[in-house]
Amino acid sequence: MGADDPILSVRGLRTEFSGDRGDVRVLDDVSFDVGRGKIVGLVGESGSGKSMTALSLMGLVPRPQGNVSASSILLDGRDISKLEPAAMRRIRGRDIAMVFQEPMTSLNPVRKVWEQVGEPLAIHQGLGRSAIRKRVLDMFDLVGIPEPKTRLDAYPHQLSGGLRQRAMIAMGLICEPKLLIADEPTTALDVTTQAQILRLMRDLRDRVGTSIIMITHDLGIIAEMCDEVNVMYAGQMVEQADVFDLFERPSHPYTRGLLASIPRATVARAARRMPSIPGMVPNLAKLPPGCRFAPRCSDAMPQCQRPPDLLPVGVGHSARCWLHSAGAALPEGEMR
Amino acid sequence: MTLSADPAAILEPETIEEASFLRDTMRAFRRNRMAMVGLAFVVLLVLGAVFAPWISPHDPYRVELDEQLLPMSATYWLGTDNFGRDVLTRILYGARISLVVGIVPSLVSLLIGTVLGILSGYMGGKTDFVVMRLADMMIAFPSLLLAMVVMYTLGANLLNIFLALALVGWASVARVVRSQTLALREKEFIEAARANGTSRAVIMFSHIFPNVVPTLIVLFSLSIPEAIMWESSLSFLGVGVQPPEASWGLLVAKGKEYMFQAPAVAIAPGVAILLTVMAFNFIGDGLRDALDPSMKD
Amino acid sequence: MLMFALRRILVSIPVLIGITLILFIMLNVVPGDPVALMMKEHASPEVIERVRAQMHLDDPLVVRYLSFLWNALQGDLGNSIKLNRPVTDLLLKAFPNTLMLAVCAALVSWVIGIPAGILSAVRRDSLLDRFFMGFSLLGVSMPVFWSALLLQYVFAMQLKLLPVSGFYGWEYMVLPAIVLGWSSAGVSARLTRSSLLEVMRHDYIRTARAKGLRETGVITRHALKNALIPVVTIMAIQVSGLLSGAVITEAIFSIPGVGRITVNAISSRDMPLLQGAVLFATVLVILGNLVADILYSVLDPRIRSQMKKDA
Repeated sequence: MGADDPILSVRGLRTEFSGDRGDVRVLDDVSFDVGRGKIVGLVGESGSGKSMTALSLMGLVPRPQGNVSASSILLDGRDISKLEPAAMRRIRGRDIAMVFQEPMTSLNPVRKVWEQVGEPLAIHQGLGRSAIRKRVLDMFDLVGIPEPKTRLDAYPHQLSGGLRQRAMIAMGLICEPKLLIADEPTTALDVTTQAQILRLMRDLRDRVGTSIIMITHDLGIIAEMCDEVNVMYAGQMVEQADVFDLFERPSHPYTRGLLASIPRATVARAARRMPSIPGMVPNLAKLPPGCRFAPRCSDAMPQCQRPPDLLPVGVGHSARCWLHSAGAALPEGEMR
Repeated sequence: MTLSADPAAILEPETIEEASFLRDTMRAFRRNRMAMVGLAFVVLLVLGAVFAPWISPHDPYRVELDEQLLPMSATYWLGTDNFGRDVLTRILYGARISLVVGIVPSLVSLLIGTVLGILSGYMGGKTDFVVMRLADMMIAFPSLLLAMVVMYTLGANLLNIFLALALVGWASVARVVRSQTLALREKEFIEAARANGTSRAVIMFSHIFPNVVPTLIVLFSLSIPEAIMWESSLSFLGVGVQPPEASWGLLVAKGKEYMFQAPAVAIAPGVAILLTVMAFNFIGDGLRDALDPSMKD
Repeated sequence: MLMFALRRILVSIPVLIGITLILFIMLNVVPGDPVALMMKEHASPEVIERVRAQMHLDDPLVVRYLSFLWNALQGDLGNSIKLNRPVTDLLLKAFPNTLMLAVCAALVSWVIGIPAGILSAVRRDSLLDRFFMGFSLLGVSMPVFWSALLLQYVFAMQLKLLPVSGFYGWEYMVLPAIVLGWSSAGVSARLTRSSLLEVMRHDYIRTARAKGLRETGVITRHALKNALIPVVTIMAIQVSGLLSGAVITEAIFSIPGVGRITVNAISSRDMPLLQGAVLFATVLVILGNLVADILYSVLDPRIRSQMKKDA
């Protein structure tokens, strides 16, 4: 396994939920790679399956309602897709860590911050209290928590939102994981703090070399942070590209729609949300038969009644859209 | 300024909404199996209590000294007590007391608690302070002891049981209603009514009150079994309903002297209390889940 | 912390004064002549006169109330009419028995109720959950006097494993503690279950799982402390319910405690004794609430720092 191999390589990830009204497939054949030391974006509207992808990778999909399967999930060359829950637990927090959206509620209100931040060390490395305290202090320093010594014994409610998110990041990084998944880490924070947290994460990648999956609905953050981008829609990957390529040549109409709705600094606040994509994310239990985006797509064609495949449209750039499968339009779909 | 004076135009959407709210509630309640079982039991109990003289061939009060403590038989399904009276018949007559005691004082404490709770929550200030300190005191009294003191002072009879239970019960109702009123007071539709110059009395009665009704229904249904329990305890201790009346608590107390010869005399009325209290609890839980799913668990 | 406790105690004082007033009115004013109520018909005029003098019944009401309050403050609750001994002595002698009963019952309630509630929540909707919840409903719906009778009948009269009643050793405490504890075990179990289920929905539980903590660790290290805060505080408030239950339990098992004194005071129409016993019990309830408030603040760091700010 060379240095060029991706740290994470997901193939055919599929997550289903069984409910009162039958099964719903919330992730359908999701495949993507995360390169070493790269920040990879997962972008889409809420309900597109980006957070579910993270939970599936972490093995945190609630059972028994949820069911996760995959052809393979290679983490640093090792397939973790068929691991027992106990083995998966040893990977969580040690090899893959996660930072959640809500720093206010993601920390336990009745336990001191250092105990919570240092807990992965106790779980995975069996360290004692004083060793953990020292490491947490170092981590607090690393993530830029001012006066780290005095914050160790604080309770979460005594910290600001930004500090809590820094503490969450410290918790995520404390076992030096191979991969950090950040699920909308700045959504709950004010604009200034947002920028600080993003800068911190980029810094950490540069200094520590952590590979990061960045989940967001905000293409602005993607542009600022990521090396590669995966666009998700209704539980599927619809476009994958290098960040420059994606912004230069967005190939899927959905991506174009997202790009068009990026707020521009010069535009007045009231006009910022416009233009957005008309319509809503479809109900996953009642998906259209063909392309899932077709009902909202301004470029919809007759072919769109059949499901398109994710096909290359350039070097390291692919899209799931009939617009780009002119050659493939006839045979692939017909033969099924 | 003239506001639209057409009552139908104002009322209609609300009534439609209310009707569908009621329908949803009924449907959710009917789907709750335990609640329906509880309801069926209570209906049977009510019928049994009301038609007791026609159902039972025995006289609940007539003493037959040569038929003391008979075992269960075809004539006396649950046997007879130490005065030769049919146990089952006495339990049926006891149901009358339990049902009345369950319902009447609960209604009274609900009425007092609602009025004071809304006043306290909406008016705030001195009213709130006085009412809530009174409620604090009532809640600090151990309920059974308070009820016993009332019975001691006023004498042990059914009417005074009503009084004692209402005195014990209103405070917790007032607390719940007050906290709901406090929350409602901040809602937009109340602010709007206030801005329109609606009088405080009208706001309290026709805007706040309807919104606490679902809670009141739940509180009512859950206070019935509690009241039944208190009455039977008081009667068991000898400070409640007096012989020869047939209260369930009293039946257990008198029956316990004959546990060796005829255990059914004491055990059967206890089973009646247990089943009735459980049935009302099922109904109460069902109503709570149906009226306010967020209160579940 | 100390400031908070002190302030809480200060707030309780008006409540306590109000209670003495209500109690005084109910026992001295409402009946008209309390002696008539105590003596009923058969009492010689001399006896009535003696009691009236002993209780200063010919003083004005306000004077009587104030002296009752003043004496109570000094620990003097008057003399029992029937036993002709200081009420305070009688209560203090009986209290350890009631306390022991209450503590044993609380232990039974927690030892059964809290684990049952935890298991129910963890295995939600399982057969175990339904069993425990059915059991707890049974506990809540059973009148204490009746379950006492049943246990007495089965374990003392039929199996002869335990004494029927009285209080001469620990074995006399077993049945009463189970009877009283069992009814509140149902409450503890339901409370623990719902509280834990509520806590398990929080984000920090997901965080704990994301660290690779095993499920038992998630529950013991992250969920339980949060879930038990309301349980513990409500248990302290439950002193009131426990006292009411103790009255019945003591009466049935002939345990010479405060509850039985109360029942006896009523049946022997001993007003000073009744007044003293109820006041004593009420002070216990207020103390219970006080402990609950303080416990809450000790357990929840959010409230703790709130208090520091206020103080």
